Amino acid sequence: MYRVAITGIGIVSCLGCDLSQVSDNLRNGRSGIVVDEQRQELGFRSPLAGAIQGFNSPAGLSRKQKKTMPEFAVHAYAAVEQALSLSGLALEEIQNPQSGLIFGCDSSCIAAIEQVDLLRGHGETRAIGSGQVFRSMTSTVTMNLNTLFQTQGACWTLSSACSSGGHAVGQAADLIMLGRQERVICGGAQELNWESMCSFDGLGAFSTRIDEPQKACRPFDADRDGLVPSGGAAALMLERYDLAVKRGATILGEVAGYGFSSDGNHLSVPSGEGLSRAMASALQQAEVSTEEIDYLCAHATSTPAGDKAEAEAIRSVFGTRTPPVSSLKSMTGHELWMSGASQVVYSTLMARDGFTAPNANFQAPDEASAHLQILTEARSQGPRRVLCNSAGFGGTNSCLVLRFDS
Amino acid sequence: MTEQEIVEKINSALAEEFELDLADMTPEAGIYEDLGLDSLDTVDMVIVLEGEFGFKIREEEEIRKIRTLGDIHNFVMAKKKALGA
Repeated sequence: MYRVAITGIGIVSCLGCDLSQVSDNLRNGRSGIVVDEQRQELGFRSPLAGAIQGFNSPAGLSRKQKKTMPEFAVHAYAAVEQALSLSGLALEEIQNPQSGLIFGCDSSCIAAIEQVDLLRGHGETRAIGSGQVFRSMTSTVTMNLNTLFQTQGACWTLSSACSSGGHAVGQAADLIMLGRQERVICGGAQELNWESMCSFDGLGAFSTRIDEPQKACRPFDADRDGLVPSGGAAALMLERYDLAVKRGATILGEVAGYGFSSDGNHLSVPSGEGLSRAMASALQQAEVSTEEIDYLCAHATSTPAGDKAEAEAIRSVFGTRTPPVSSLKSMTGHELWMSGASQVVYSTLMARDGFTAPNANFQAPDEASAHLQILTEARSQGPRRVLCNSAGFGGTNSCLVLRFDS
Repeated sequence: MTEQEIVEKINSALAEEFELDLADMTPEAGIYEDLGLDSLDTVDMVIVLEGEFGFKIREEEEIRKIRTLGDIHNFVMAKKKALGA
C-alpha cells in the first residue's frame, strides 16, 4: 500500500474565499451565518444560511464554460485552482491518465428548476439552451472540471448525502494507496440557493434562532435547536507520498486512514453504532490508537438527535477520555455534500497555521456531550493526528484519519 | 433595416454570446474552424438569432447547411425577406 500525501488545499466557503481569510476566521471562531430575508418572505421556517461573500468569478473561465456550470461548480473550480497552485504541480503534470478527479455532491437542484421554467415559459425544449443538461447532472462538478483541467484518470462524482465529501476524499486516498492513481484532486461542493433547501427546511431540522444568526449553530450545546444550511466548495490535491517527496513538494499532511460504514437502520435518525464502526475502521487502517488522536473534527450539525448519537459513538470508541473535540459547523453551518471534504481542508489549515479551531457557541453540555472534551476556545497549537467524522441521511458514514506529524 | 444593419446586429449578438472578437467576424469566417463554435453552440446561436429578430427558425433545414458567418447573414436576410419584414 502506498502512503497518501496532501500537497494542496483550496476552499470557497462562508468563512472566506481564500485560505488565509478562512484560517483567520476559523482561529477567531467567527461565523459565516446570516439571515436570508428572501427565505423569510417565501415561507421558510428558518431563514438562516451560510453566505459566501466577496467571491470573484475566476478570470480563467469563459462565458461558454460557465454556461455548463452551476455556481457551486464555479466554486469548485476556484477551490481546485487554489489547491493546484499550492501543490506546485504544473497543469501539464496532471494532464495524464495517472491523475484523477473525485468530488462529493448530491444535487444540482437549481439547474433542474431553471430548465423546467424555460420549457414552461417558451413551450419548446429547444429554448432551454445548450448548457442546462450539463448543469443539471449530479456529476456536473467532475464533468466540468475534467474538461477544464484535463486530467485523464478517474472522473466521477460520488453521492452519499452529507457524507459525500468525506467519502470522495476517502475513495481518492484508496485509489492512490492501491496504486491505481498517482494523484487525485478531490473534494466536495454544495449549492447555496434556497430552492435546494426548501424541502429540507420543511422537515423542521433547521435552527430558528433568528435573533442571533451567528450563535444559531451550536453543536453539542444543551440549548441547540437545529442545523443551518451552508455550502461552497472544498478541494484537496492528494498524491502518492513517495512521488510528492521525490518532486520536492511541500507536504501539508497525510491521509492515513479511511473508514466507511452504513447504519442499515433508519433513513434520518443515525444509529451511532455505524459511525463507531467507521471510526474504528479508520483508526485501524491508519494504525493509530485512540490515545494518539489529539483532535476530533466532529460531524455534529447542531441537531438534538444527531449530535447525541455522535457523542455516544465517540464515547464508545474513545472511552471516558476523549481527545479535544470541535464541530466547525458552529461557524460554517452545515456544508452538507461538501462538509466531509471541507473538514479535511480546515484541519489541514489548522495544522499548517498552528492552531485548533473551537466549537463556537458551546455553553453547556447535555447528558451525552458531557463526556466530550469540547474545545470552547481556539488552542494555540495545530493538531498532529486528527479524526474527521462525517455522516449522511440513510446512515452512511465516512471517517478519515489525518496525520500532520510525519 | 438595411443589409448592413442586419449584418451588424447579427455580428454583435454572436460576439456577445460567444465572446468573439468583431475583427475576426468576416463573412468568409467558418463558424466551426475559424470562430471556434461547436455543435452545442449552434443550439444557442439559434436562440440568440430568434431573440434578436423575433422569428422562429429552429426547425428549418437550411440551418444545417450553415458553414460560414456569411451563410448566417444570408440565411437571416432571406428569412426576413420571406416574412416580408
